[in-house]
Amino acid sequence: MQVNENFEPVIVAFCCNWCSYAGADLSGTNRLNYPANVKIIRVPCSCRVNPIFILRAFQRGADGVIICGCHPGDCHYTSGNYFTRRRITLLYSMLDFLGIERNRTRLEWVSAAEGAKFADTMNKFVEDVKKLGKNRRLEDLRCRKQ
Amino acid sequence: MQRIGVFVCHCGTNIAATVDVKAVAEALSHEPGVVISQDYQYMCSESGQDLVKNAIKENNLTGVVICSCSPRMHENTFRKAAASVGLNPYLVEIANIREQCSWIHKDIASATEKAIILGKAAVAKVHLNTPLTAGESPVVKRALVIGGGIAGIQTALDIAEAGFDVDIVEKEPTIGGKMAQIDKTFPTLDCAACILTPKMVEAAQNEHITIHSFSEVTDVKGFVGNFTVTVKKKARFVDETKCTGCGLCTEKCPMKKVPNEFNMGLDNRTAVYIPFAQAVPKVATIDPNYCLMLKNGKCGVCSKVCSAGAIDYKQTDKFIEQKYGAIVVATGFNPIKPDKYDEFAYSYCPDVVTSLELERLMNAAGPNGGTLLRPSDKTHPHTIVFVQCVGSRCDDEKGKPYCSKICCMYTAKHAMLIREKYPDTEVYVFYIDVRTPGKNFDEFYRRAVEQYNVHYIKGMVGKVSPKADGKIDVQASDLLSNEQLHINADMVVLATAIEPDKTARPLATMLTTQMDTNDFFTEAHPKLRPVESATAGIFLSGACQGPKDIPETVAQASAAAAKAIGLLCKNSITCNPCVAHSDELMCNGCSSCEKVCPYGAITYQDKEFRMPDRTTAIRRVASVNPAVCQGCGACTVACPSGAMDLNGFSNSQIMAEVDAICK
Repeated sequence: MQVNENFEPVIVAFCCNWCSYAGADLSGTNRLNYPANVKIIRVPCSCRVNPIFILRAFQRGADGVIICGCHPGDCHYTSGNYFTRRRITLLYSMLDFLGIERNRTRLEWVSAAEGAKFADTMNKFVEDVKKLGKNRRLEDLRCRKQ
Repeated sequence: MQRIGVFVCHCGTNIAATVDVKAVAEALSHEPGVVISQDYQYMCSESGQDLVKNAIKENNLTGVVICSCSPRMHENTFRKAAASVGLNPYLVEIANIREQCSWIHKDIASATEKAIILGKAAVAKVHLNTPLTAGESPVVKRALVIGGGIAGIQTALDIAEAGFDVDIVEKEPTIGGKMAQIDKTFPTLDCAACILTPKMVEAAQNEHITIHSFSEVTDVKGFVGNFTVTVKKKARFVDETKCTGCGLCTEKCPMKKVPNEFNMGLDNRTAVYIPFAQAVPKVATIDPNYCLMLKNGKCGVCSKVCSAGAIDYKQTDKFIEQKYGAIVVATGFNPIKPDKYDEFAYSYCPDVVTSLELERLMNAAGPNGGTLLRPSDKTHPHTIVFVQCVGSRCDDEKGKPYCSKICCMYTAKHAMLIREKYPDTEVYVFYIDVRTPGKNFDEFYRRAVEQYNVHYIKGMVGKVSPKADGKIDVQASDLLSNEQLHINADMVVLATAIEPDKTARPLATMLTTQMDTNDFFTEAHPKLRPVESATAGIFLSGACQGPKDIPETVAQASAAAAKAIGLLCKNSITCNPCVAHSDELMCNGCSSCEKVCPYGAITYQDKEFRMPDRTTAIRRVASVNPAVCQGCGACTVACPSGAMDLNGFSNSQIMAEVDAICK
């Protein structure tokens, strides 16, 4: 596939306050680079991420959405990330049905100590989304920037 | 109409070097509702906070956005500042433009653009913030210390001294931990037992301390100030209240071939045993894996000789449930097993030992009564080689990436003690670096080299091969003189890496605390909150948080105790007001939310509602107990009708952030 070098995707990252948000802070403290395309929204737990938020992001012109939670078994609220895992799996089949590449949505486990993993994950995800190109399938053109 | 103030922090040059802060303040001033947008050098400083406070008063602000460091750092600072001038603290939002923007990006244009977008998202969110009032919940004035090593003992003693009840849960039959196995301590060379055992006795005699030995934590429920913990008291087949610790049963037990864990398996104990003479509690324990009575139903010698009638073969595990206000984790460490390192021949050569094994071999209460003898033929070793960093500072899968911190010092101690007691013994130490930061530590190491003539050689040991004559050939390289060495040794001592105890990982899951990739507990802040975990009410003491020597462990143990006392002193603590709530008019009582709630915070009530046609109807609706809800938000997503929402992270707030980022 042709990769447009100038394409800067919009990436929304939902990060759990207890693990990956702290992991993102750690990658900042360690000055580990990842692209500025990634904008983080803090949520108390990955299970707070309603699939509607993800669809809303795609509708508003996001090119990729990544959800980061605690490793299975390590959820601050005991079981939240298990719900997330199931919900995202269901969402994948819905995205397939809608015709949105499922690689635009990703679920990753990043702990508070994994600053390097956070940066690596974001680098990889931005690269993958760049390959996919602009998300046009669900974008609501009325919401597009003038 | 909202009146929002935006305050952009330079953080010296931390933010200002890569983000054009003036441009951010300017761009955000055009956002809807923003009436004032300023930048300042250090917003968290007193004058910075005053700037925010004055702006709130002068402009009558209804919302505040601070573009600064992570909210994990200063959210509370700014919330308090807002509250001090009468603005509800939950009307303050932080845009993280340091850790998640200026520190990771180098390009000023893109970093500034990102900072503006993050600021816009925060402005969009603060538009929808509602004033929240934190409730209060009572604090149970009792602490739990998990682990009865020197860390746990010190923490418990300090908490007890403040007048609060403390329970110590220790998985072994006695408290004391690793320090009880150590002979001498560096850098003073005083006897470990002489300084530890009085503390153990003090803990046992303290009226505020209850010791649950041979017990494990099996379940933790609740939250800060109000934990409910289940402790399993494992069956020791001896009635603790009756046993006098006379030790007659251990003398008479016919099963004498049980590897003695306390002496690192270097000698044997009986099936009924007291780990060591100064054990606390001094109560016998029967090992069911070896006891003939428990295995075959034939023997019963211990019960015949016990004049106290303490032996109870039918004892079963008991579970105790207790409420605690604070929990201190002190699970400690273990040295790794070096048997993965074939080059050191540990698994098949008895004269290759680990440092903790050497500690027992040299201990007066150890298998040889304090005389250093080779485990294989009980002869006196004349050449001893120490190998440093076995499994520490390792890149491969076999070892640990970190420095275990204590090995350089205890090896210097071992070398010195051996040279002191047996001057005819040659001692070689192979090291990568000698790391001796600490009070009197480097002096101690230099004494080993200069005064005791220990041969320190920079270089690694490549191969340890036992020879037919009982000697051990140690092949190593001397990096400074660039030579290959062969040392004809009698004993090899491996300074093995230390790792967190195996029970720490499942415990972290129960406590919902974070661990790092090496299974050490993660502190809430590496510099400013080193003894607290990120989970409120859980504190960290000793080597469970990272490799530590004894003075550091004791210091951290007392610090953890001080933090726990600070919590226990309060009669009630303010709860997190960011909890779920249900819109009764939208709720259809489907029970979806109740099923996903991990805390059982959601109950159902039948309520009377006025319908549009002026009739009344009784409907089943969900209601959330705000004192129990922890605010994870699982229910908000499960709710099919959208009745359930989360304070502080509402559907509309997150959606507003999404919109602002995608715009």
